[in-house]
Amino acid sequence: MKKKLFILLLIPVSFFARAQDAAILVQKVKDKIGLVNNYEANGKMKTNIAFLKVPVATVKLYFKKPDQLLIKNEKGISFVPKTAVNINLNNVLNNGKYSVLDAGADKIGGTVVTVVKLLPEDDNADVVLSTLYIDPLKLVVLKSKTTTRDNGTYELEMSYGKYIAYGLPDKVIFSFNTKDYKLPKGVTFDFEDGSTKKTPAEKRNNQKGKVEIAIGSYTINKGISDAVFK
Amino acid sequence: MWNLLQIELFKIMRKPRTYLAFGIIAAFIFLIQLGLLVNGKDWMMFMMGSLGETMNIDYGKLVNGYAVCFFVLNLLLVHVPILVALVAGDVVSGEASMGTLRLLAAKPVSRTQIILAKYFATAVYVFALLAWIAVISLVVSLAVFGKNDLVVAKTSGLQLIESSDVLWRYFFAFGFAFIAMMVVAAISLLLSTLSENSIGPIVATVGIIIVCTLISEMEIPLYQKYIKPYLFTTYMLGWKGFFYIGSTADGETIKGSIQYLPAILKSVGALLLYIVALVSASVFIFRKKDILS
Repeated sequence: MKKKLFILLLIPVSFFARAQDAAILVQKVKDKIGLVNNYEANGKMKTNIAFLKVPVATVKLYFKKPDQLLIKNEKGISFVPKTAVNINLNNVLNNGKYSVLDAGADKIGGTVVTVVKLLPEDDNADVVLSTLYIDPLKLVVLKSKTTTRDNGTYELEMSYGKYIAYGLPDKVIFSFNTKDYKLPKGVTFDFEDGSTKKTPAEKRNNQKGKVEIAIGSYTINKGISDAVFK
Repeated sequence: MWNLLQIELFKIMRKPRTYLAFGIIAAFIFLIQLGLLVNGKDWMMFMMGSLGETMNIDYGKLVNGYAVCFFVLNLLLVHVPILVALVAGDVVSGEASMGTLRLLAAKPVSRTQIILAKYFATAVYVFALLAWIAVISLVVSLAVFGKNDLVVAKTSGLQLIESSDVLWRYFFAFGFAFIAMMVVAAISLLLSTLSENSIGPIVATVGIIIVCTLISEMEIPLYQKYIKPYLFTTYMLGWKGFFYIGSTADGETIKGSIQYLPAILKSVGALLLYIVALVSASVFIFRKKDILS
């Protein structure tokens, strides 16, 4: 009887301890990311959205604490999803108060990761739930999934290299929900090119968009003017 | 033949209506350019529709010289046939109404040569008209609005063509437009050989173009399946095909590519066939014609 009581008492204690461990892990990741006050980065952006055909763009990324992020095509035109500001993990980790839950372990590309769920304490917050897949040894987020009220669910996959000490990725894959884009034929006057029309099933599959940014170099903490973001 | 062509060109060039077309085009393009200079961003926001809600778009960059020229061609190439008909519809019937056709036919040249010379002279006029459009809509727009990537809107989505990949497409597009306009010139020539006054062929050509364009654009299965493939207006929009860029499976555009080249070549083939058939018919009719005026 005493043994059973002991085990029953131990379960919440262990659960609390795990949650605390997760909170510490998240804090460590936050501290690492917090080392970066601002950066300017050069990269190549590949956009994969069903209704967009665009070339790979050479882009510049500008970040300034706490949450200013700009992706700019220096030469030409680019279409950047508005939710792409969330490739900056500050937006996920410093987005108000939240409860941290340990959701166990998982594997990403052979690396064992700790899965952590962040539940915002503000009932009216746009973010409903964020799930982070953290490499506990290198203290970096390899993947995150965020569910929002208004902008659906978006996913981030990150791989690290030279700038891992700052928690800055070399490559980011950002997946998000898109809305269909259509213009009336009376406006576009399409040339009948013999292409086959998409079936409704194909259209449904095309509601997901993906942006891939490969970053070549970062200039970290050298200061960025606020005017860049205007 | 060369002398005959020179004479025909002289006749076209001395008519005020020839220059009227150049003036109308210049005024029309100027108005579009002015409008886009003032409200270009608003127009682009309309074109992008709901996309602006989910994407960050630099509308200022979208309004550039290439985009303005593309917009001009979209609006103008529907109306240029009217200006072509204005001159081409007059080449034979104008002489008939003035009473000079009999004198012309009495010359020691074949009637086939006369008709061909008139058609080639019209071709020079059409070429000059399109060159004029190219200069004002492309060169002037680039000077005023600057150069940047071109975004082409289709019903199914948007395509972005890098600025370094655009210019050659305009050359081919204008080349295609020339062939398309020569079909209109051939229709006018044919109608002109059948008439004794200029108004009839001009109005009839415009009427044919309007009816055929409407049928081409109507999404009625009966017309789409049985009539549309045989209408010349179906193929006249082929110039746009040069701005439909090829892409990889994941939507990355391929520089220097054309998405549906066979469709463009088919359109060129169909238009050339129309030209041959219509000009041959004009020659046949003119050779058999009793010239009484």
